[in-house]
Amino acid sequence: MALLELKNVSKHFGAIHALNDVSLSLEPGQVVGLMGDNGAGKSTLVKIVAGNFRPTHGTMQMEGQDLSMHRPIEARRHGIEIVHQDLALCDNLSAAANVFLGREIRKGVGPFKILDYAAMYRRAGQIFAELRSETRPRDLVRQMSGGQRQAVAIARTRIADAKIVLMDEPTAAISVRQVAEVLNLIRQLRDRGIAIVFISHRMPDVFSIADRLVVLRRGRKVADKAVAASSPEEVTGLITGAIEHVL
Amino acid sequence: MEIQFDDGIKRARFPLLSWLTSRQAFWVLVAVGLACIFLSFATNSFATSNNIFNVARNFTFVAIIALGMTIVIITGGIDLSVGSVLCLCSMILAVVMHAGYSIEVGIAAALGTALLIGAINGVLIAYLDIPPFVVTLGMLSIARSLAMVASNNTVVFQFGPDHDKLLFLGGGALLFGIANPVIYMLALTLLTGFLLHFTRFGRYVFAIGGNEHAAIVTGVPVRRTKVAVYMISALSAGIAGVIETGWLGAVTTNLGSGMELQVIAAAVIGGANLAGGIGTAFGALIGSALIEVIRNSLGLLGISAFWQGTFVGSFIIIAVAFDRIRNFRSPT
Repeated sequence: MALLELKNVSKHFGAIHALNDVSLSLEPGQVVGLMGDNGAGKSTLVKIVAGNFRPTHGTMQMEGQDLSMHRPIEARRHGIEIVHQDLALCDNLSAAANVFLGREIRKGVGPFKILDYAAMYRRAGQIFAELRSETRPRDLVRQMSGGQRQAVAIARTRIADAKIVLMDEPTAAISVRQVAEVLNLIRQLRDRGIAIVFISHRMPDVFSIADRLVVLRRGRKVADKAVAASSPEEVTGLITGAIEHVL
Repeated sequence: MEIQFDDGIKRARFPLLSWLTSRQAFWVLVAVGLACIFLSFATNSFATSNNIFNVARNFTFVAIIALGMTIVIITGGIDLSVGSVLCLCSMILAVVMHAGYSIEVGIAAALGTALLIGAINGVLIAYLDIPPFVVTLGMLSIARSLAMVASNNTVVFQFGPDHDKLLFLGGGALLFGIANPVIYMLALTLLTGFLLHFTRFGRYVFAIGGNEHAAIVTGVPVRRTKVAVYMISALSAGIAGVIETGWLGAVTTNLGSGMELQVIAAAVIGGANLAGGIGTAFGALIGSALIEVIRNSLGLLGISAFWQGTFVGSFIIIAVAFDRIRNFRSPT
C-alpha cells in the first residue's frame, strides 16, 4: 500500500490553475525527485502535502485513510515533515533550540513544566552524531556554516519520527562537499523506510539520489517513471516542453 | 584563521569572563558601578542611605514596565501605550477605591483593565496584522483619554476605607528597610527571567523575534504568543501603576506621560534589540538603573536637569553603537 496517495488533485487560485489533475503516490523508503521549471506547480504541490493549501479538487489518502488538512501542524501530526528551502531557522537560538522548536522537551509536574535543556542538548547531540555532522547543540545558528544549518533543519525531521520528508531544494545553496553530505543523509533517511520528496533543479543530484522521477509542467504531471529508465536529456525535454509527455 | 584560534583558546580558558564581556547588560552594569563610585567621591550626598533608598525606589516603576517592554521587543514588537495604560490603571484603582470598595477590588479592576487593553493590542497586532507601532500609538491616545473620562480629569487623593493599606503597599518598607517597590521589582525581574529562559513561552518569544516565518512553520502558536506578550506588557504597566499610586498617594491624568520613551530607552540600553530576538530581564533592570543614576547624579552635581535628556539619549546611541561595533568584529 502506498504511504501517501494523491488522486486527481487540482489547485486553483481564481482563474490561475496552479495544479491540474495530478495523481501521485509515495512509497516507504523511496526517493522521488520532483522536477519542473519555475511556476510548474512544484511548490503548490508541496504546500498541499504540507497542509498549507487545501486542494480545490481531488483527494489525498495516507496509509489508506482519507486525509484532510487545514493547517501545517496537522500534516506534522500525520508524520509529514518539510525541510524548507530557507531552512526556517532562528539565528538567535542554539542548534538544539532550533531542532526542538515547537516540540520542546519539558520536565516538571502538571502545569508547572520547565524546558529540559539537558535532555534537548543530549538528544540533539545524538542526532548530529548520527548525521555525522560537526554541529554542536549549544552553538548559535548565527555562527554556523551552510552545511551545519542543513543538519539542524534535517535533524528536526528525526525528532518527529517522520514518515514523509519533503525537501525543497536542499542542495541549491551549499558547497560541493556539503551536497555529498546532504545526499548521504537522504540515503540514511531512505534506509529507515522514510519516503522522501526531493525537489531540485540540479539534474546530477536528482539522478544520483532519486529512485523515481516526477516532472511537472504548467501544473500538469508530464512524467512519472523510474530514474533508471530516464535520462537527463529526456528530463530537460520534459521540463521545457520539447517532449510533450511520457508515462 | 589564527585570530579565530586565539579566540577559541581565550574562550576556553575564561569561559565566564568571555560570556560576561559579550553581554551588553554587563557593560551597562560596569557603567552604573563606575558612576556610583565616582558620585560617592564627588558628592557627599550620593552614598547616603536616604539617597540610595530614593534612587532604588525611583527607577522601579520604569524597570517594572521595562521588563514587559523587553519581552515585547524580543518578539520584534513595540508597545507605546504603556505610559497611558499606567495612568488609566492608576485612575481605575483610585476611582474604584474612592467609591468605597476594598483595595483587593481596586487592584483587580486595575489589573483587569490592563489585561483587557493588552488583549486588544495583541489581537489587533497578531490577528489583523496591524503594525504594533500603529496599534499601540492609537492605544496611547485612547487609554489616556479614558483615564480623563474615568476621573472627569480631576486629581484623586482619597482612596476610601483601604487608603492606608494602599499607601503602605507603595510607600512602605516591608523587609529590612528596603522600599516595597524595590522588592516587587526584584521579584518581577526574577519571574521574567524565569519566564524567558525556562518556559516554552519564553522560547517562543525568542523564536518569533528571531525568525517569525520559522516560528510559524515549526508550529509555534505565534498569534497566541503575541497576544500574551502584549497582555504581559500592559499588565506590567498596570502593576507599576498600582504601586506608583500607593507611593504618590494621588493620581493625576498626566501620570506616566512620556514614560514609554524612558521605558524603551531602558530596555534598549539594557541590551534589548529593537530588531527582535535579543534581550534580558536583568538588562531591563540595569538599563532603568542607569537612567535613574544619571538623573540623580545631575541633580547632586548641580547640573541643570535640562541636560538629562542629552545624557540619556547619548547612552541609547552609545549602547546600540557598542553592539554594532561588536558585530563588526565577529562577522557572519
